[in-house]
Amino acid sequence: MATLFGSGIKRREDPRLITGRATYTDDVKLPGLLHAAVLRSTYAHAKLGKVDVTKAKKAPGVVAVFTGADVKDKLNTVPCAWNVPNCDLKVPPHPLLAIDRVRYVGDGVALVVAESRAAARDALDLIDVDYDALDVVVDPEKATQQGAPELHPEVPGNVAFTWKVAGGDAAKAFAEAPVTVEQRIVQNRLLPTAMEPRAACASYNPGTGQLTLWITSQNPHIHRFLLSVMTKLPEHRIRVIAPEVGGGFGSKIPGYADEALVSFASMQLGRPVKWTEDRSENYKATIHGRDHVEYVAMCGTKDGQITGLRTKVYAGLGGYASTAAPGIPTILHGLMYSGPYTIPNIEGTIYGVYTTTTPVDAYRGAGRPEATFLLERMIDLYARKIGMDPVDVRRKNLIPKDKFPYTVATGITYDSGNYQGALDKALQMFDYKKFRAEQAKARKAGRYLGVGVTTYCEICGLGPSQVAGAVGFGGGLYDSAIVRVYPTGVVRAYIGGKPHGQGEETTFAQIVADEFGIPVENVEVVAGDTEATPQGWGTYGSRTTAVCGSAVKVAAQRVKDKAKKIAAHLLEASEADLEWQDGKFAVKGSPDKGKTFGELALMANVAWNLPPGVEPGLEATAFFDPSNFVYPFGTHICTVDVDPETGEVKILRYIAVDDCGPQINPMIVDGQVHGGVIQGLGEALQEMVVYDEDGQLLTGTMMDYAVPKASQMPKVETAHTVTPSPVNPLGVKGVGETGTIASVPTLVNAVCDALAPLGVSHIDKPLTPARVWAAIQQARAGGGGGGGAK
Amino acid sequence: MIPTSFDYVRAKSLKDALKAMGKSTKVIAGGHSLLPLLRFRLAQPETLVDIGQLRELKGIKRAGGGVKIGAATTYRELLESTELKALYPLIGEVTEHIGDLQVRNAGTIGGGLAHADPAADMPPVMLVLDATFVLQSKGGKRSVAARKFFKGPFTTAMKPTELLTEIQLPAPAKGAGTGGAGGAYASFEQAASGYALVGAAALITVAKGMITRADLAFTGLADTPFLAPAAAKLVGTQGQAELIAEVAAASVAGVEANDDIHASAAYRTHLGMVAARRALAQALSRAG
Ligand SMILES: Cc1cc2nc3c(=O)[nH]c(=O)nc-3n(C[C@H](O)[C@H](O)[C@H](O)COP(=O)(O)OP(=O)(O)OC[C@H]3O[C@@H](n4cnc5c(N)ncnc54)[C@H](O)[C@@H]3O)c2cc1C
Repeated sequence: MATLFGSGIKRREDPRLITGRATYTDDVKLPGLLHAAVLRSTYAHAKLGKVDVTKAKKAPGVVAVFTGADVKDKLNTVPCAWNVPNCDLKVPPHPLLAIDRVRYVGDGVALVVAESRAAARDALDLIDVDYDALDVVVDPEKATQQGAPELHPEVPGNVAFTWKVAGGDAAKAFAEAPVTVEQRIVQNRLLPTAMEPRAACASYNPGTGQLTLWITSQNPHIHRFLLSVMTKLPEHRIRVIAPEVGGGFGSKIPGYADEALVSFASMQLGRPVKWTEDRSENYKATIHGRDHVEYVAMCGTKDGQITGLRTKVYAGLGGYASTAAPGIPTILHGLMYSGPYTIPNIEGTIYGVYTTTTPVDAYRGAGRPEATFLLERMIDLYARKIGMDPVDVRRKNLIPKDKFPYTVATGITYDSGNYQGALDKALQMFDYKKFRAEQAKARKAGRYLGVGVTTYCEICGLGPSQVAGAVGFGGGLYDSAIVRVYPTGVVRAYIGGKPHGQGEETTFAQIVADEFGIPVENVEVVAGDTEATPQGWGTYGSRTTAVCGSAVKVAAQRVKDKAKKIAAHLLEASEADLEWQDGKFAVKGSPDKGKTFGELALMANVAWNLPPGVEPGLEATAFFDPSNFVYPFGTHICTVDVDPETGEVKILRYIAVDDCGPQINPMIVDGQVHGGVIQGLGEALQEMVVYDEDGQLLTGTMMDYAVPKASQMPKVETAHTVTPSPVNPLGVKGVGETGTIASVPTLVNAVCDALAPLGVSHIDKPLTPARVWAAIQQARAGGGGGGGAK
Repeated sequence: MIPTSFDYVRAKSLKDALKAMGKSTKVIAGGHSLLPLLRFRLAQPETLVDIGQLRELKGIKRAGGGVKIGAATTYRELLESTELKALYPLIGEVTEHIGDLQVRNAGTIGGGLAHADPAADMPPVMLVLDATFVLQSKGGKRSVAARKFFKGPFTTAMKPTELLTEIQLPAPAKGAGTGGAGGAYASFEQAASGYALVGAAALITVAKGMITRADLAFTGLADTPFLAPAAAKLVGTQGQAELIAEVAAASVAGVEANDDIHASAAYRTHLGMVAARRALAQALSRAG
């Protein structure tokens, strides 16, 4: 029987999603439902005076209004759950509603609960707030400078942490190196822009003392835990249900004040309460991504051997430390400074900095895109300086494929890799030499073509838990599954992860169906309800297939082991004499007398005739904790045609060769790559959060924040190499973020390559036509490209 | 994103609509520009008067040598009109730039013009075509030239009690769009909104190899769409490339260009020059 593993069957999720039959949090309707709206600060930084809710309380339909003063003694603050060690981390209290100060535009000031959404919204306009404006700082580098306004009395100079990574001897490497390149790099702040904004619907039952919270979440079990911390309600009395989740990109990992507030309101009022963000509210009140100012140096020999990398990074955290924020620019960023290369000497200093802006946390790729970007950008600058082809420089420094597992200078060990293989494959698809010839010809004709080639690897499949503990992550990083077989032989897998676009309802069914030799339609995957699913740690960090998928595999194997025992008993044979073939257990040599999975499912569940000591039922639970992270890798190539007159960038070709190990469903893998690449191209070309000097968000709607549209994006040509990971039973690696990680430097390097003859060496992303044009003007005037051009 | 509460009136006739209009009313046609204003509470009318279904305000009719377009005609209806395509191909070309399918299905030409977004695509076309807008109120009717209509960002010559009912286009420059007359629109899109960072519309007529008329108008460049007088320099010439480049440069010189997060004033001015050059050159090639 052909295996389902490796087959590109259609996603079973899609029909309900594209016919409007999916149920999101906002679709939850309960009897007696109330609606909440949050009054958000219009100041980026201000002392909070009187919050007068008298008029609002009297408004038609309003049931209750809560302020910071009302909740501060009844509820805990919003926790930060990644306490990165050895960096003097300072996490000041983050009240659920502002008490004496607001620290970003969007900071919650009051919660109105009313009979209708409209009434709640109307009442917000009736609340009078006294703000006493304070100075504002939105740039993480400037926030550390003398005289910058301070956000938290506990955090002098706004520096939340100073984290260092070091390996080898960078000082010596730089002192001795014949060639050094330096560059200041700004990693633009981004808005995750999940299609579905955040939403929460809380229903507290005063009779049982139980709280049910529907929430759009990437990790319902983590939210149960965080909610228990914030509301002081014990964890076993909380049920979190994440129904359909319309995208997350990291923004639905953190615990936010809002879900605790609606829960609190429901507990106070004894009625269910729902809140759903507006898009413009989402842009202010949901976490942002990236936001680094980096000073980077790379050194090496004249013939292309990289000997050292040094960074100083100011990572903006926003007004408060969000749930995972401290770990993103440190563990998930600094530890990846070696990329796929053998860089012997590395030194990085990362400052986490509070600014009067929306909190920053994990956004697709979370720290690794920033690491890959700075590394790949520096390699191109280095190659240019020594006059060597950038592809040759990369090839020369790649970790050889026979050196895995390989420990890089930052101290982490890569599980597996064949970086040259992916590079070779990409260069088979793209005739690099021919393009260089075309480029030279075009230049003579006044056309500016460019090519960017990225070789990358990244860390994902987050686990093992022991490492999580060692790096201060406030949770485990294993995952879980229950595989339950019904008497009729159909199966459900209850998983600890929470897919929200990645397609695991399909791919996990493929895993189970293969294991049992049954049609894939006979398997259902259930996720997102903490009452039904075992403890899991969520879907992020490209971990769900590698970790949770492995739990599914292990649980299915356990079920099959038990089925085998029963089969041996029924066939009056010893287990050792049985073999699994064509969906049944049979005695070796007499295949027609076997027991099918369906027969065994029935016999196990009715328990009429079980072997001694075997319990009835056919199900198993597995908690899978990997022995290491996984490190997918690949090569991306992009060619561009830049109009020097207008600064417009036209992408000619985009090629992505990725290695995520064996693919359960190649179509879904391609979809992940397409989405990731496009999201990265958005970051590289047009997405950028802009605050004005008063800390007002100027890109507060989709009219000003340029999420990529299909019509603006190229076709992505995908291909793959397959290098199995040794750290999980499926051999799989994550592929949810690779596209976002690889595409950003690929595009930027291509544009800088195109403009090399004009003297442009670096342009800060996003490479909007305006910026590219400004960089050309600056280079023509004798600069070196555009730093912070508009 | 919830508007303040308002009453909703669906007008049954133009007369009905005009009667309903007052100080605290707003008319709604396709709603594509008005609804965001309502949802952000930037507009808080007491009453919405819906004119979107009024047959009297829909349709494209020949009149004299020109055409009359009802204000509530949708972009899609403009695109589907074979008459417009034959007489004013420039309109179709620009309309395809506006939003996406949904926007063009619901958005109306009158709504777009009345809204007077300084970066909208259609206004410069109305300027070069020298359109006339018919405004009606309870008290009567008047006509205002498009060239006198746009007063500033989101500000027009209309009074709050007036309705834009009709767009009148004069007989097309001889040659009906081909042979003798040519129009073109060149623009650069703002990546998020799709509106023009800068757009330039040009209309040129040629007789015996010489330019007899040249009109050029911009959108997005300044706080209101405007006609560039410099284009007149092309009249009486053959429109040589250098001359067109000169005129394009002159047409943006001294303009107080918009400066925002999407483009600096310098970049916009530069793009204006490029758009003008491209539009003029293309219009000329179509006229010739
Ligand atoms: C997603 C999106 C993309 C867009 N992209 C573009 C683009 O690329 N280029 C571009 O130019 N435009 C663009 N637009 C704008 C679009 O062209 C306008 O929203 C549309 O034309 C407005 O027409 P409407 O019928 O929807 O007007 P409405 O929204 O109903 O009304 C707009 C305003 O005009 C008033 N009004 C309407 N009709 C009349 C009338 N007959 N007399 C007097 N006042 C009236 C209303 O009171 C209101 O103030 C876009 C809009 C959207 C939503």
